[in-house]
Amino acid sequence: MSEETKVKKKAFSFHTNPNMFEKASEEEKAQQVHMRESVSFMRDAMRRLRKNKIAMISLCIIILISLIVFIVPNFYPYNYSEQDLSRQYLDPFEYSETEKARMADGEKIFPHIMGTDALGRDYAIRVIYGARISMLVGLIAAIIVTIIGICYGSLSGYFGGKVDLIMMRIVDVIYSLPDVLIIILLSVVIREWVSTSTSMLVSRLGSGMISIFIVFGLLYWVGMARQVRGQILSLKEQEYVLAARAMGAKSSHVILKHMIPNCISVIIITAAMQIPSAIFTESFLSFLGLGVNMPMPSLGSLAADARMGLQSYPNLLIFPAAMIFLIVLSFNLLGNGLRDAFDPKLRS
Amino acid sequence: MNSKFAGYIGKRLLLAIVTIMLVIAITFFAMHAIPASPFSSEKAKSDAVIKALEAKYGFDKPVIVQFFNYLKNIMKLDFGLSTAWVGSTVFGLIKNGFAYSAKIGLSAALLAIVTGVVLGSWAALRRGKWVDKIIQVGTTALVAMPSFVMATILLLVIGLKLKWLPTLASQPGGLVLPVISLSLYPMAYITRLTRSSMLDVLGQDYIRTARAKGLSNGKVIFKHALKNALSPVITYAGPMMAYILTGSMVVENIFSVPGLGRLFVNSMLRTDYMMIMGVTIFLAIMIIMMNFISDILYKVIDPRIDFS
Repeated sequence: MSEETKVKKKAFSFHTNPNMFEKASEEEKAQQVHMRESVSFMRDAMRRLRKNKIAMISLCIIILISLIVFIVPNFYPYNYSEQDLSRQYLDPFEYSETEKARMADGEKIFPHIMGTDALGRDYAIRVIYGARISMLVGLIAAIIVTIIGICYGSLSGYFGGKVDLIMMRIVDVIYSLPDVLIIILLSVVIREWVSTSTSMLVSRLGSGMISIFIVFGLLYWVGMARQVRGQILSLKEQEYVLAARAMGAKSSHVILKHMIPNCISVIIITAAMQIPSAIFTESFLSFLGLGVNMPMPSLGSLAADARMGLQSYPNLLIFPAAMIFLIVLSFNLLGNGLRDAFDPKLRS
Repeated sequence: MNSKFAGYIGKRLLLAIVTIMLVIAITFFAMHAIPASPFSSEKAKSDAVIKALEAKYGFDKPVIVQFFNYLKNIMKLDFGLSTAWVGSTVFGLIKNGFAYSAKIGLSAALLAIVTGVVLGSWAALRRGKWVDKIIQVGTTALVAMPSFVMATILLLVIGLKLKWLPTLASQPGGLVLPVISLSLYPMAYITRLTRSSMLDVLGQDYIRTARAKGLSNGKVIFKHALKNALSPVITYAGPMMAYILTGSMVVENIFSVPGLGRLFVNSMLRTDYMMIMGVTIFLAIMIIMMNFISDILYKVIDPRIDFS
């Protein structure tokens, strides 16, 4: 009996006759598999980021500035607090009379790339130190915000219910506090404490810096906490979370191993957006005279000092202003690039 | 719907009041922690002053009682006496300063909103054209500049080098530069907001319907698109207020405007704690109320948002 008769064909049936087909060869099978190497989300996002020219240029500028501000002060021939009244207000690459005399004697003198300020301090190294403060503030703010925001947001989102309600009301209140005012107030208060304290760390950092970090720790994490919580709330409904819990995973395991890795895009975007605003706040406070302590320069205090003799020596304003502009612009553009690369909703 | 809306207003109002109370508490207890605070008798010199202050604030009483005393005085708009400007009350000084700051701040806000909305819509309607590109680059640059850099550069270029406008607030037209320097950042921000929400709205079906009905371009843009594109701008009103009020601290100093911001900075330099407390609380209340108003306005204008 042939196979054909075995399969009873009904009229109008769509049954196909298996005998009409032949097995695919291995070669043909291989043609059907068009596999791309599996790409993790992270690598996919990085690939998109690398394609974004503006973001990559910004990243390069940020890396370059970081290298300069952390390496150059180690071997730079001038010190940020070294005063020399014989070389006040030099233009860029200008030498003072005494320096010219020493050069005539055959001594080699490193040029003042950005000139000198009212007290004859080399301006380039002061701008570099100022930029270093800005970069440090941005970095530390991002770290503080990320740590507190993730912890708070993930707990609130994961436990939900009453816990979430109470935690989010606290966030609402903190969110509506006017942050700059609180920073100013605290730095006034901390300045008074510090003036009586003899601790090395406190006097080196300055009251403004300490209050900035305290306030970042107290106030700035709420944006991150909200974002992480929103993300966790939606992740909670995912099957893999249910599966992990059904297999007896502890809450900490579910949060750390399953949920937070899936929030990584939100975390990266929010942290990147936080950096420029932290740098803004620090320079603003320093401009008001509440930032770093005296001899230590900050881009804000340099700009404030430059207001004396602004008309005759505009360089003193332009260098720190350009520096802060470059730093904030680069971080803004990098943040935009990260958002485009990591936000799955925008993926076309 | 209506009761829901009332509930929403109630909730936001409660939040605003809690926040104001928190600011007052933070301010009070932070100041109290300073060794030479206005609430310790070390600061006052003469016996008579100590007696007068004691009668008013009760230094001998527990801190919490002093706090409620202070709160009660604030309700009566009594923020105490200034120590740096002898003979003036804190509230009187605030009132004088605020007259200037309100003038500058409101002008700056108005300028920022009008130019921002116009430029943003223009950029959205000419998407991809050179106008759009110039506006994009310009606003990207402007939002990367702190207020003090903007103000000092305007002072240097327009005031000192080109001499187009006076640099001191007391001269006629002297408030123009402070207003411009305060408005540039919010203007750039509003431009970007308007542009992106306008692009969003222009892609909606109802715009296509409006065009299909044969409405003129102007009507489509002004009656349908712009109205819907403006709601994100309203949410920015609160943060803008905060920016302008804090920005006025540097701008008023740079252009010597005798406003609230300059008063605040001077009272910090002269360690006048009563002033610092008063101005902080006053500014905080302004910012929080503005946030409250913009929240409510947002819901009124865009009824699609649920009130949960």
